[in-house]
Amino acid sequence: MEKIIFYIIAVLMIVFAIAAVSSRKILRAVMYLLFVLIGISGIYFLIDYSFLGAIQIVVYGGGVVVLFIFSVLLIHHIELELEVTPLKKKISAGILSAVGLGITLWAILTYSFKTVNSYQSIEVAEIGRKLLSYEDGGYILPFEVISILLLAVMIGAIVIAKGKKLGLKEGEDGLENRE
Amino acid sequence: MIEGISIYEILSLSSILFFIGIYGFFTRENLIMVLMSIELILNAAAINFVIINTYLYPDFLQGAIFSIFIIALAAAETALAIAIIINLYKLVSSVEVKDTEIMKY
Repeated sequence: MEKIIFYIIAVLMIVFAIAAVSSRKILRAVMYLLFVLIGISGIYFLIDYSFLGAIQIVVYGGGVVVLFIFSVLLIHHIELELEVTPLKKKISAGILSAVGLGITLWAILTYSFKTVNSYQSIEVAEIGRKLLSYEDGGYILPFEVISILLLAVMIGAIVIAKGKKLGLKEGEDGLENRE
Repeated sequence: MIEGISIYEILSLSSILFFIGIYGFFTRENLIMVLMSIELILNAAAINFVIINTYLYPDFLQGAIFSIFIIALAAAETALAIAIIINLYKLVSSVEVKDTEIMKY
């Protein structure tokens, strides 16, 4: 049963990923990307790591894709058709990624992984304890670093998106002279 | 681990997703679409972390924890990049790759 579900999710993800990188309507491409991301969260649920699956849906479905949609609507109008990429570029990029995929698949399929057969689901409480532990193998330092990073990104995004008005004293191109 | 699915199938799936992302990164001309391809690439990497953790080293949690960090980094990167893209649109009225020739002045 899980096998069938995995194959359905895999086929859907590959189809929607191809659609997302080749669709000419930009808003549709964003929607296809959302389906791919939800498929990835489905894989996390299948391997019993439901915490990361939930995080994936919340962060990507609720945050990143909405951010993409907002920026698309701020910049383009909805039914904008993207420019057609030249066929030469498409072919060379296709050949390049096909060759890379071939090499990677060959490397994966010829290597014999020593799979452990003990079944164990990942506990959220254990992850929380690891993240805050000071002992050997604890992750308190990356946890703190990533919280500083998120703060910096928040401030940076506000400052950058606000544009010139913050630092500008005298209007230069007439747009800033309103007040 | 998933019943009846070996590690090879999942690793193949994630590498296919990764190279679809690479293809989009090369062919797309719009900055937002380039960013979407980067999302695909990062997600494929996160799948690999979780899969290798659960299939090969189920007693440790390194992959599981680092996948959380990857998701946080990807979200941060997207927020910052979209801020830059919107600012760029104010400056040059376009988000095509070929039109972005200036950085600040």
